[in-house]
Parts: sequence; C-alpha cells; structure tokens
Amino acid sequence: MSAEIGHFALWLALGVALISGVLPMLGAARGRADWMALARPAAALQFALVAFAFGCLVVAFVGNDFSVTYVATNSNTSLPTQYRVAAVWGGHEGSMLLWLLMLTGWACAVAAFSRHLPAAVLARILSVMGLLAVGFLLFLLLTSNPFDRLPNPPLDGRDLNPLLQDPGMVFHPPMLYMGYVGLSVAFSFAVAALIGGNLDNTWARWTRPWTTVAWIFLTIGIALGSGWAYYELGWGGWWFWDPVENASFMPWLVATALIHSLAVTEKRGSFKSWTVLLAILAFSLSLLGTFLVRSGVLSSVHAFATDPRRGLFILGFLVLVIGVSLALYAWRAPSVGLGARFEWISRETFLLANNVLLMAACGAVLLGTLYPLLIDALGMGKLSVGPPYFDTVFVPLLTPLIFLMGIGPLARWKQAELPQLVKRLRWAFGAALVAALIVNGVRGQFGIVSTLGLMMAFWIVAALITDLADRLRPNGVVKTSVWHRAGLIPRAMVGMMVAHLGIAVFIFGVTMVRSGEIERDVKMDIGDTTEVLGYTFTFRGVQSIQGPNYRAAQGTVEVTQGGRAVATLHPEKRVFPVAGATMTEAAINTGLTRDLYVSLGEPLAGNTWIVRVYVKPFISWIWGGCLMMAIGGLLAATDRRYRAKVKQAQGADAKVAAA
Amino acid sequence: MKYLRYILPLIAFLVLAGFLARGLKLDPREVPSPLIGKAAPSFTLSRLDDPAASFKRDDMLGKVWMLNVWASWCVACREEHPLLVEFSKRGLVPLYGLNYKDKRDDGQGWLARFGNPYNASLFDNDGRVGIDFGVYGVPETFVIDKQGVIRLKHIGPLTPEVIRDRIEPMLKKLDA
Repeated sequence: MSAEIGHFALWLALGVALISGVLPMLGAARGRADWMALARPAAALQFALVAFAFGCLVVAFVGNDFSVTYVATNSNTSLPTQYRVAAVWGGHEGSMLLWLLMLTGWACAVAAFSRHLPAAVLARILSVMGLLAVGFLLFLLLTSNPFDRLPNPPLDGRDLNPLLQDPGMVFHPPMLYMGYVGLSVAFSFAVAALIGGNLDNTWARWTRPWTTVAWIFLTIGIALGSGWAYYELGWGGWWFWDPVENASFMPWLVATALIHSLAVTEKRGSFKSWTVLLAILAFSLSLLGTFLVRSGVLSSVHAFATDPRRGLFILGFLVLVIGVSLALYAWRAPSVGLGARFEWISRETFLLANNVLLMAACGAVLLGTLYPLLIDALGMGKLSVGPPYFDTVFVPLLTPLIFLMGIGPLARWKQAELPQLVKRLRWAFGAALVAALIVNGVRGQFGIVSTLGLMMAFWIVAALITDLADRLRPNGVVKTSVWHRAGLIPRAMVGMMVAHLGIAVFIFGVTMVRSGEIERDVKMDIGDTTEVLGYTFTFRGVQSIQGPNYRAAQGTVEVTQGGRAVATLHPEKRVFPVAGATMTEAAINTGLTRDLYVSLGEPLAGNTWIVRVYVKPFISWIWGGCLMMAIGGLLAATDRRYRAKVKQAQGADAKVAAA
Repeated sequence: MKYLRYILPLIAFLVLAGFLARGLKLDPREVPSPLIGKAAPSFTLSRLDDPAASFKRDDMLGKVWMLNVWASWCVACREEHPLLVEFSKRGLVPLYGLNYKDKRDDGQGWLARFGNPYNASLFDNDGRVGIDFGVYGVPETFVIDKQGVIRLKHIGPLTPEVIRDRIEPMLKKLDA
C-alpha cells in the first residue's frame, strides 16, 4: 500500500508546486499580497508531501516490499537494515527522489528563515524554487517513478550494488545533493533579483550565508566521495577525474568563486552582474552534472541504467532553466550598473583574478569532461581524456590562484599599495620557500613539483600568520591587549582564515602523498614479513567469516615498528552471492603522519596470498583539509551580522503580532 | 556591442546544449569500429611481466583470440575484472590483455591484487598500439579470428549479457 500512497503524495506535491511556482510570482508582479502570501505555506506543504513520499519508499525498503520494481532491483532480505535505508538512494529513481526532497527542503528552509525579506522578493524566490520542483517532479513521475509495481513480484531482491554497501556511501549522496541543490537557493535569489530589478548589496548579504552553507555541504560531500573511493574501490587512489567526480567538482569551483564574488558585491557593491552570472552558473553546473550522470552520454562507473527518454527530458529541462535564466540575465544585467570603482592594485582586483582563475579551472574540467562528447558529436572520432590532462592543466592554474590567496586578504579594498604589500609579504614568501626546502631536505626529496606544492602550502600559512600578526599587533600606538584585539576579529574573518588554512593542509597532504607514498605487492605465507618505510608487516594467515549478505576471507596482518606493536589489520575479500560480485575491503590504520593500508590480492597455493601493502604519508590531511574548509565555511555562515538580522526581523515580527 | 557580453553566456550555453542533444543520440558504448572485418593492426610489444619478452600480432595467427584493453587507472576495468577472471577460467579462448597507457609496476600490482585472467598482458606504455586499434575508452574488448581479422569489438565493461549474447556466439561461429 505504501507505494501507492507515496506515488499519490508526489502527484499532490506537483499540484502544490505548480501553485507555488505561478501564483506568488504573479502576485509579486501585480502587487497582490494574498497571492504572495501563498508562497510560504506552499513551500512547507511541498516539503511535507515529498518527505512523506520519501518515507513511503523507506518503508517499502525496510519492509522488503519486492513488488515495487525499484526495491526489487536494489535490495535484498539479507541486506542489513541501515543499508536498506541507504539503498533508497542507491539507484536512479531513489536518488532523484532524494534530490527532490532536498530541493523542497531548501525551499522550506528559505521560507522559514527569510521572513525579514520583503514579501515580493520572498514570493519570487519561492516561486522560482517551486518551478524547479515542478520540473523534477514531472521528471520523476513521467520517466523515473520509484513506486512502479512489478506484476510478478520476486521472492527476493537483486541486492544493492556491493560497492555502495559502505558507511561512506550512506552519507555521501545526501551531502553532495544538499550541496548541489543548495546552490538552487543562490540561483533563485539571483533570478528573483533579476526579475524584480533589485540587485544591490542587500541582495548579496541575503544570498551569502545560503551559498556558504550549500558550499559546505558540497565540500563535505565531495570529500566523503573521495574518501569512499580511497578505501572502497581499493587501490588507494583518492581522486580519479571520473566524469561524475568532475560533475561535482565543477559546481564546487564556481561556488567557491561565487562566495568570493559575493563578498565584493556585499562590501563594495561591485561585480554585481558577474556575481549574478556566477550564481546562475553554479546551479546550472549542478543541473549539467545531473544530466551527464543520468543520461548516460558519458560512460563512467557511476553511470546507472540509462533510458533515452530520461536524457531527453533532463536536457529539455536544462535548456529551459538555464536558457531562460541566461536570457533573463542578458536582458536585465546591462541595467545593473557598475558599483564602486577600484584601482588596479586592490583587494577587488585580487578577488577578480581569483574568480577568473577558478572559472578557468572549471572550464578546463568542463572541457576535459565533455571533449570526448564534442569530438564524437562532430563526427571526428572517439577519444578519452585521462588524468594526465587534468594534472597538466591544474598545476599551472592552481599555482597563481594559491599565490593570490596569500595576498588577497592583506590587500585593502579599493586601493592598496604594491610596495607595502611586497614589504609585508616578502618574509612570508622567504619563509615558505625555506620551509619547503627543509621539509624536502629532511625527506631526501628534491622534485620540483613537490617543492612547489609544499611551498604553496607554507605560503598560505605564512601569509595568514602575517595577516594575523598585523591585526593583533598593528603599528602605532596600541592601547588594547592582544587578546582583546583577537576577540574583535569578526567570525567571518576567522572562518576565511580557517578555510584557507584548510587549503594549505589539503595541498600539503596531496604533495606528501604524491611524492612519498610507497606501494608494494608481496607474496606472503603465514609468518612472512615485509618492511616498508620502517614498518614491519607480518602476515598471520586468512580465515573465512560469514557476513550478513556475504562470505569473506579475512586476513590478519600485524604491523610493528622497531619491535613495538602498531596495529593489527584485517583486510577482507568479500563475495556477495546475490549481486555476484567480489569486493576488496582494505584495512587501514589511519594516523596523523601516515596511513598503513593493507589489502588482500589473490590467493596462491596453500596459505600464500598476494598482499598489497601501502604506506601513504599524510594522506589523512587531504580530508582533514576539506573538513577545515567546511568548518571555516560554517564559521563564516554563522557570523553575527547574519544572526543579528534574523533576530531583529523576528523581534519586529513579534512586535507586529503583539500589536 | 555593449550588450554582447551579456548575451554571450546564453549563446555559449545554447551551443553546448546543441552538442549535448547530439550526444544523446550517440551511445558511447556502441561504436561501429571501422576496423571490424579488417586485419588487426600489426604490432610488437613487450610483455607486462617481462620487458625482455616480446609479443607480436602474428604470434596468434591460426588461433581465435581475445584482446582486452585495460589499465590500472581505469575504474570501469575494475568493475569488469571479476567477470574476466571467471570467463578465463572457462578456457574458451586465449585472452590477452593490452595494458594501455599504464606504468609497469601499477599494472602488475593490479593483476596481482585482483587476479590475472590473461594468458599475457602486453605493455602499451605510450598508447600507440591502442590508437592503432582505435581505442577511445578503456576497457575495450576485441575478438580476432584465425586470419588475424577483427570480428567483434565491445566498448566499455563486459557484462554477463554481452559475453553470453555476443561473444560466445561469435566464438562458436569462429570455431574457437
């Protein structure tokens, strides 16, 4: 029964979405307060209906209702309950439903937290989000209904793809979608502002926290996906430039540019039309990513079963949404005005350069992802673009970006003095170079790329320290204590520093891994040992164990360092009989300075196995850096001035209500 | 002219959308290879496990054989791999690997780790042989007959259905 009720709830949600997509927008155009007032309850109702439908699908999964096609293809009675819930978004239909849930959830959040916005602005924003929901609801109902029934239900399901049976996979898609769809808020704010013609710094101030929050989710989502690839795909890599990874990375790059550009628009009123364009592009790339993943135009590990109707539908939707918003941009943006003027050497210029570099990086990824398709469409043959291309284009683009990242925060708005900047930063530059050379000297590594990488990481840190020192101990008469001044630094500024430090940590991790990792495959019998970077790995044999829906050979490997026990690792080789797949579960001992990564290869004669042993220096810093970026974003998004605004508005509302 | 830069994003997007629409009609996995029915390109490559041992196309004349293009960096190969291991155990046909644009250690490690279904893998470091074979994406699989003519090409990971419905009938026809 739950499937039919869920299906019905989706149709109801479509009706509500249509109302919220049309009436408030018309109301804002004609000044009808009653139509505009529909926006907020309609957003809440949409969310409730979609959440209800989602709950119905969860119930079908947990209750093993294999008469529902989608459940039968993605679940199994022996699948543990937590994975049955995660299996809801393990396939195409369910992940689109999750996407829709997030979209309506964001709209509901906007309705709840944006009461202080003028009624017409809020009505337009929620209308745009309602129209987006209409598109996705139609897509679900017409081409990808998760509630379709099977005429002859099977006794058991075909099981969830074993690759996805992993805690990382439980959280990765929701986080990523929260980020993708979160960008729809900035998009809706931008489109609403273009329609209403009120593009000013208050618009930027309203958009900023929403964009930052979406960016946080996107950052965490991408990091989780990369972490999942690291331990689940099982050969120790963490980024593969797969089309689907690229699809999540492109919106991240544009969202990062948008965050910085919004800062300029809010503070200085400049870059308005550019910021609006970025807000449109960020969400457009989310949609494009969906199209690439869902339509099967590119082959990838993530490609789900494809259906030409789906591809055509998403493409049509894409053209409608992006085409209309860009046409709107072409029509309204010329009248926006330029905002405050600034000199060549100023924080504005540095941020603009940062934007251009981020967009160039995004363009390079887009080109690399779509190039095979473009060449094919032109009838010029088929080809593939691999990691070498991306590695080649990324280093030259990132180097100046990182360099500017150090300078930007120290430069003044409007007009900065170049000689003074050079004077303040030359020590930072020298310190970064020396630190990079020392670290590489200690390691006995002298590669140019690794020195450059380390130098970039240390440069960010050194420039941050310079910035902090200037703030805490300014020249001239100082009356207040260092601690007092530390407390005066706005939280958003602290957030920026933490996020930038996260980039440094990330680059440091990447550089150390790429230049210092050791991978070794050894044939090991019981009691055999092998030594990698001072760690002794002893193989203690393999035993078979039985999991809930798999059988596994579980190895035991003891690791010692200088006679002292470090860890006992249990890598597994799992066979999933229903899905007919063998998975390699690596065992990882994570440490601050290195990961010990052991996985089982093939069994040889007797008790001998091929064992793969990796030592990966500082690899956890890659994700640690991402986490710091996310924390930095969180600090920035919760800055006092946003909270104060909300409180003020609520206070005003309460007064009105009391009166 | 002043408005051009505001319209540019829209124009760029519409061009892109045109390509995407065209791309929808193309299936990245179904490429009619111009090589089907033609002699396999001639090559001489060293073996992955032994740089000293060489292998050339004509070594296989008189036998039906399969060539599977793979690489340790290729995610889809990882997905396909258990199937190939199973397939090779059935001993229907000699299976050779073409290790495409890879590093020798990486390739060997990969096989050691996930199992080696191949009679031998040929080491195509710079991808030249792959290009001759018209490889545009990894993995790809070719069936080559006794005269050294390419009879079947599959792009993308093999699936049990492809093996059952396309490869096995072809092998039967060629009388492997």
